[in-house]
Amino acid sequence: MKSNILPAIRLTLVCLLFFSGIYTFLIWGFAQLAPNQGKGEIITQNGKTYYANIGQSFTEDRYFYSRPSAVDYNAAGSGGSNKGPTNPDYLATVQARIDTFLVHNPEVAKSEIPSELVTASGSGLDPNISVHAAKVQSKRIAKIRNINETTVNQLIEQQTEKPLLGLFGTEKINVLKLNLSLDNLK
Amino acid sequence: MNTEILGVILMYGLVVLLAIPLGRYIGKVFNYENTLLDRIFNPLDKLFFKLGGIDPTLEMNWKQHLMALLSINLVWFIISMLVLTNMAWLPLNPDSNPSMSPDLAFNTSVSFVTNTNLQHYSGESGLSYLGQLILMLWQFISAGTGIAICAVVFIAMKERTTQTLGNYYSLFVRSCTRILFPIAVVVALVLAFNGVPMTMEGKDTMITVQNDTVQVSRGPVAAFVAIKQLGTNGGGFYGPNSTHPFENSNYLTNMAETMSIFLIPIAMVFAMGFVLRRRKLAWTIFGVMTIGFLLLCIPSIVSEMNGNHAIAEMGISQPMGSMEGKEVRFGSAASAYWAVNTTCTSNGSVNAMHDSMTPLTGMFTLLGMMINSFYGGVGVGFLNFYIFIILAVFISGLMVGRTPEFLGKKIEAKEMKIAMIIALLHPLLILAGTALSSYLYAGNPTLYASWLNNPGYHGFSEMLYEFSSSSANNGSGFEGLGDNTPFWNISCGLVMLLARYLPIIGPVAIAGILASKKYIPESAGTLKTDTATFGLMVFGVISLVAALAFFPALTLGPIAEYFSLFK
Repeated sequence: MKSNILPAIRLTLVCLLFFSGIYTFLIWGFAQLAPNQGKGEIITQNGKTYYANIGQSFTEDRYFYSRPSAVDYNAAGSGGSNKGPTNPDYLATVQARIDTFLVHNPEVAKSEIPSELVTASGSGLDPNISVHAAKVQSKRIAKIRNINETTVNQLIEQQTEKPLLGLFGTEKINVLKLNLSLDNLK
Repeated sequence: MNTEILGVILMYGLVVLLAIPLGRYIGKVFNYENTLLDRIFNPLDKLFFKLGGIDPTLEMNWKQHLMALLSINLVWFIISMLVLTNMAWLPLNPDSNPSMSPDLAFNTSVSFVTNTNLQHYSGESGLSYLGQLILMLWQFISAGTGIAICAVVFIAMKERTTQTLGNYYSLFVRSCTRILFPIAVVVALVLAFNGVPMTMEGKDTMITVQNDTVQVSRGPVAAFVAIKQLGTNGGGFYGPNSTHPFENSNYLTNMAETMSIFLIPIAMVFAMGFVLRRRKLAWTIFGVMTIGFLLLCIPSIVSEMNGNHAIAEMGISQPMGSMEGKEVRFGSAASAYWAVNTTCTSNGSVNAMHDSMTPLTGMFTLLGMMINSFYGGVGVGFLNFYIFIILAVFISGLMVGRTPEFLGKKIEAKEMKIAMIIALLHPLLILAGTALSSYLYAGNPTLYASWLNNPGYHGFSEMLYEFSSSSANNGSGFEGLGDNTPFWNISCGLVMLLARYLPIIGPVAIAGILASKKYIPESAGTLKTDTATFGLMVFGVISLVAALAFFPALTLGPIAEYFSLFK
C-alpha cells in the first residue's frame, strides 16, 4: 500500500486540476455565449426581470394559478412534498386544495379539475401547467378581469408550447409567460 | 400515439444506437488501439502520468490492481473529509454556506467516493461551490474507477493464461480522459445552451409578479449535471436533483440527461464483446439485461400514467397521470422511465420524487436496485452481472453434468465461494439494515418520529429504500426519510463502503484466478454461454436470488400499500 500512496496523491491532484479546474473553466467559457451568459434565462417586462424557468407562486384570482409547491416557491431551498400516495394527511391536503379551487371557480365541475393543479411538483418550482389546467381557469380570469373568455382562450393557445418537434413529450404552458401576456392585454 | 410514450421510445432507441459505436470506441481505448481522439489525449495522458509520477507500462496482477484502487480511493476519502468539514472558511463560498458536521461529512464523502451519491444534505444550502467542485471531481474519478476495474476483468477474460492484467493507473486515466471527459463536455454544452446555468455567481434576488421577494440559487450547474448523469453518480447540484428547472430545464435537456444514464452502462457490454471478440456473448448479455429492464420499466410507466387511485376517488381527473412530485414539462411517462433507468443502473438522480410515486412503481424502482445488474453502474454493473454468470455457469453445469467452464476456464470451489458471498452480501446488507432500523423505530416511535414522513407500509418502504439505495450504490431516496441523523449517516455510510468495495474485490479476484488457469479450448463438451438458453438460465438465477431474498420485504412495503389502496 505504501508504494501506492504517493502516486495516488499526486495523480489525485492532477485530476483535481483537470476535472474540477480546466473542465469547469472550459464549460464556463462556452457558456458565456449561451443566453444571458449562462446565468439562467430571463424575461423582462415593465422594468422587472424574472427567471423564465423558475416557477413563481400565483395565488391571486386575477392570475392563472401555478401548481401547489411544498416549499412555497422558495428558489433557494427547493423540494417536493415527498408524501406517499396513500398518506391520509396528504390526501386530506389534496382534498382541501380541491375544495378551495371549487370555491374560487364555482363554474368548474369537480371532475374537470386536473390533478396537477392540486398536487405539488417535485422541485416546488414547476414553471408549467398543462393546457387543460389553464383552460379550466379561463372563466374565472375572464370574469375578474372583465374580458371576453375567447380572448383568454386565445392567449392560452398562443402560449401553448407544443411537444418537442411536435412529437415527443408533453404539451404545456409557462404560467409566468401566460400571466405576463395577460397583464399586457389592456 | 401518445407523445409522452413516443418520447420514451425515442430515448431508448437513440441510446442503444449510440451505445453500439461507443462500445467499440471504449473497447479500442481498453485495447490501446488508435482512435481519432489520440491527437488530443496521447499528450494529455502523458502529462497526467508525468505529473503523477506513474509508469503506465508497469504490468500488474489482480492483487496489485486492487491495492492501487483501494489506496487511491482512501486518498480521495481523506481529501473529501477535509474539504467538507472546512468549507465555511475556504474560498468559492458566495452564499456563505456552513461546513458539514463530521457524521454528515463521513456519509457524503463515502457516498461520493463510492459512486453512490446518496445525499443527506441539500445542495443549495449545504455546500459551497468549492464543495460542489470537489464532489464533481469524485463524480469523474469514481466513475473512472469502476470503468477501469471493469476493463481489468475484460482483460482477464481473454483466451489465454496470464498473471498480468495491464496497468491500473493507465486504464483509470484513459477511462476518465478518453471516455468520460469528451462525452461530459458534449452533454454539458447541450445543457448550458438550454437554460441550465453555468456561473460562479451566487444567489440572485427576484421580485415576482405578485411582488414576493425570492432568492434564486445558481452555480456551475451544467458542468456538474453532465458528469452526474454520465458516471452513474446521480448526486444533484440542488436538493431535488433533476426535477429542479435549473438542473433540467426542458424536454430536450431531459432527453440528454436520461440518455446519459444508460449510455456508458450499455456501451460497456458491447465493449466487452469488442475486447474479447465475442459479439454474440455481448448480444446475449445485452438481451438478458434488456428483457429484465423492460419488465421493470413498462409496468412502471403504465402505473404512473394511470394515476393514483386514492386521488381518482376524490372525483377529479388525472389526464397527466400521478402528478405529485412530478414536473409538467416531463410528464409521468418520462418520469417513470427515468425512475427505472436510474435505479437499474446505480445512478440515483431523479426527475420526479420517488417517495410520491404509486406503490407498484416504488416496488419496481426498489427491484431495480435490488438486482442492480440490468445494465448497472458504469463498470460495476457488468461486474455484478459477471457474478450472476458464474453462478449460472455452475448451476447449469450441475444440471447437464458437465464441468462448469466459462470462456475456456474451469470454475471451481474457490471461485464459487467468492461468487456466493458476493451474491448474498447485497441482500444481507439491505435486509439487516432495514431490520435494524425498523426494530429501533418500532421500539421507540416517539424518539424516532422525525425519521418517517409517511405512516404505515410506506414508512417501512422509506427505510427499505434507503438501505437498498446505499447497498446498490445508487443514491436516490424516498426523500421523505429524515436521514441527516447520526444513525442514518453512519449506518448508510458503512453499507455503502462494504457494498462498493467487496463487489469490486470479488469479481476481480474470480477473474484474476481464472485468468491464471490453464486455457481449455472449446470442444463438443463445452457449455455454450452465448446462447439464448444460457441467457434464460442467467435470467432465472437473477430472478431466484432477487425474488427469494427480497419478496418478503417487498410484501411488507409496496405490495401491502398497493392492496391498501383498494380496501
